[in-house]
Amino acid sequence: MEFLYFPGCTLYTKAKNLDEAGRECAKALGFELKELSNWTCCGAAFPLAKDNIMALAPPARILAKAKEEGSTLTTLCSVCFNVIKRTNRLIQEDEEKREKINTFIEMDYQGDVRVLHYLEILKREVGFESIRGAVKRDLQGLKVAPFYGCMLLRPAEEMEFDDKEAPTIFEEFLESIACEPVDFPYKIECCGAFQSVGAPEVATECAYAILISALRNGAEAVTTTCPLCQFNLDSKQKEIRERHNDFPGIPIIYFTQLLGLALGLPVEKLEFHRNDVDPRPLLEKKGLL
Amino acid sequence: MNRFGVFVCHCGLNIAGTVDVKAVSREIGEIEDVSHSEDYIYMCSDPGQLLIRNAVREKGLDGVVVACCSPTMHEVTFRKAVESEGLNPYVCEIANIREQCSWVHQGDKERATAKAREIIRSVLEKLRGNEVLETLAMPLTKRALVIGGGIAGITASIDLADSGYEVILVERQPSIGGRLDQLSLTFPHLDDARCILGPKKAEIANNPNIRVMPYCEVEEVKGFIGNFDVRIRRKPTYVDWDKCTACGVCLEKCPVESLSDFERGLTTRKAIYTGALSENSGKPVIDPIHCRHLVDGTCTICQEVCPEGAIRYDQGEELLEERVGAIVVATGYDLFPMEKIGEYGYGRIPDVIDGLAFERMLSPSGPTGGEIRRPSDGRIPQEVVFIQCVASRDPERYMPYCSRVCCMYTAKQAKLLKQKIPNSQPYIFFMDVRTDSKGYEEFLQGAIEEEELIYLRGRVARVFREGDRVRVWGEDTLTNRKVELDADMVVLATAVVPSEGIKDIAARLRATVDKHGFLTEAHIKLYPVESPTKGIFLAGCGQGPKDITDTVAQASATASKIQSLFSQDALLQDPLVAFVDPEICSGCGICVQVCPYEAREMDEYRGISKVHEALCQGCGACIAACPNNACELRNSKAVQVFGMMETFAEGAEGSLADG
Repeated sequence: MEFLYFPGCTLYTKAKNLDEAGRECAKALGFELKELSNWTCCGAAFPLAKDNIMALAPPARILAKAKEEGSTLTTLCSVCFNVIKRTNRLIQEDEEKREKINTFIEMDYQGDVRVLHYLEILKREVGFESIRGAVKRDLQGLKVAPFYGCMLLRPAEEMEFDDKEAPTIFEEFLESIACEPVDFPYKIECCGAFQSVGAPEVATECAYAILISALRNGAEAVTTTCPLCQFNLDSKQKEIRERHNDFPGIPIIYFTQLLGLALGLPVEKLEFHRNDVDPRPLLEKKGLL
Repeated sequence: MNRFGVFVCHCGLNIAGTVDVKAVSREIGEIEDVSHSEDYIYMCSDPGQLLIRNAVREKGLDGVVVACCSPTMHEVTFRKAVESEGLNPYVCEIANIREQCSWVHQGDKERATAKAREIIRSVLEKLRGNEVLETLAMPLTKRALVIGGGIAGITASIDLADSGYEVILVERQPSIGGRLDQLSLTFPHLDDARCILGPKKAEIANNPNIRVMPYCEVEEVKGFIGNFDVRIRRKPTYVDWDKCTACGVCLEKCPVESLSDFERGLTTRKAIYTGALSENSGKPVIDPIHCRHLVDGTCTICQEVCPEGAIRYDQGEELLEERVGAIVVATGYDLFPMEKIGEYGYGRIPDVIDGLAFERMLSPSGPTGGEIRRPSDGRIPQEVVFIQCVASRDPERYMPYCSRVCCMYTAKQAKLLKQKIPNSQPYIFFMDVRTDSKGYEEFLQGAIEEEELIYLRGRVARVFREGDRVRVWGEDTLTNRKVELDADMVVLATAVVPSEGIKDIAARLRATVDKHGFLTEAHIKLYPVESPTKGIFLAGCGQGPKDITDTVAQASATASKIQSLFSQDALLQDPLVAFVDPEICSGCGICVQVCPYEAREMDEYRGISKVHEALCQGCGACIAACPNNACELRNSKAVQVFGMMETFAEGAEGSLADG
């Protein structure tokens, strides 16, 4: 199995831990991630204006290049996934926009690349059953709250990812690596997103509400797929503690890091030192290191 | 030479705003065989009709064209008008210059005027080929079928039976009563639902003209207004109702329980059960999905305990054939399933219930004996959140329409909650509060003031379990604040939707439904209780959401329409039907296959096809299909239709084609 891999900018910099672990897990599970050549910015946001064709050029160009190099394109970052998947769908369905975009990027792309998130590859292509069979390190008893955020799920009719109100793919994944998924009402709420730039206290409050709810429901760690969620939940914990002295802190671990841990990969390859709240003391306590 | 009259209607400004009606009337008046032409502001009004009648009489007209709205609106009106002057109604034709001209060409007066003129000229061409026809008189079966035994079906049945007509009342549940049987007290006077329904049920039982057929479904409907042949399927009850005395021993002893639909899942029912479980009123049926005997033969308890020996595990279904002259569809409603609403927990949070479940809780005959208790732990709730417009008025995700009853029943439920639990606090999230009927606004204001109900204007974004309570996230758009409430219980006023299976039953009746499944009426103002399919009448929530008051009024209106139909000696029918030229017909039989109304049949003796005029609806399918042009439609013969097209094309070449 070979899939084209679009890392996106953050995975080369701040979210190297998401990226590295993802690549290592692919090797361990026996599928190849072939990095798309000469990739550029995904566009970072799907345009809200109907006539903003310009903003669709970067993801369209990525898709057109992917068509030259393979048939299925995967991402780890939820934001890239959202932009690329929605652009692909628009190109499939809107003939007029397709023509405009193709004229603009001087390429001919008809929307026939399959766009899958890494989690979907685990579910549909590898299969959670095979993952269960490949587990080398027993994470039994590790209580993890899956945080979906918004980008994987919405808009539901375009993303076709999972039920937008009660998704389960993340829980299924956690069960396949023997973690105990913790259900909590904030799992599909807003992480604060880019409010962390203009109104940081708003994002801090969002993160606090999410994390305190996860803790109250018994979580020992929270897992994410999205570098932006990770930033708001992980890197803002110092600010949260300043505002809420009842907040004890909780490690935020990328799902690929958890997967790598379960697959028995060497811990140094999982780059836990990059997580702001160091998950290693917890993992040590659980006897996992 | 013909002596035709043409009457051009302004329809206020509907036509005259776009078409130069004076010019059209003048130009048409110059046509050789048009002896009279005039225009008037409202031709369908009394003075308008008088103009037509006077002209027919004074000028001796032998054909009339009224240029106005669609023939579905007023063709009958004008045909009756000319008939009263002794003219044959079938030489009165409509030229539609409103829907097909003025409404679609607003702002282009010149060409709209030219088009109106050409439409009238082409209808005149048709009229030249019209024959004088006699109305067909068909036999009429003066017996009605009512489908659905809720308050709509019950009311229509009683009204019809009281005027002397036989009624067959079919209900798919084991007993009649419908949704009203589930309700507690009703707005705006807080009458007990049972006090409304009880006497009516007794009337039904005692009326010799009404034959109630519970646990039955309409399987097939053939024929047409006046003579429908209906096949009714009686589902196996597995109980011999002639022997059963409704003693209730079997219900007590049956060891199998499953969630009760009637109690909205608040409690269980046995595998042998009666319609209105709480009252133990009717005779029981066995649920074949849960009964252990019927599933795998491992239990015979009900048979053993029945003192009358009435249990019949081997009972099969029964098919009955009946002929009726009219059919009332009163199939009622359901509530939009909570299981589809993700933001409110997909029906998985036990203390989030729908309005009907709360009615069961309020009802003294309900599972809690009229006490309000949380389904999860039986505790008496303090804070109760009511959410209105759940899945209603939500065009993006659910139903775009207003369900009409929720504002009032929510106010009533909150009031009753406060009366039963005085220290409780109801919170009501609303979009608007609509109290559009007599006494409703007064009821609402009284409830708010006396019971201190808290109304919050805004929608609820999410409902989820937090500890043993239910957290509600919403907003108050009047103060622009986010609202977070911890409630003991949440009651959802979910949208009213047509009851399950409505599309199947509509297809069997050849009645039409809208995109939500509600039965459509022939015209919302002119024929509000008639389906476009003749002989099919509508009553109750199957036609659209409505409260008990409106349902009863509509059911009586429906009954009175059927009474007028049945008061005739014979059924009069338009003679605009297909006919066959026996000289040309080769007897190939294609027309028999294409006819959707079973109106075509082979005459085996003569080897040609024939038309059942009583069944033919004049749809024209056989005419298009006939390879020899042997079939024709009366007063729409090929020569007439082609003549109309040629006339129109001729005119179009001149004035319409430029531009």
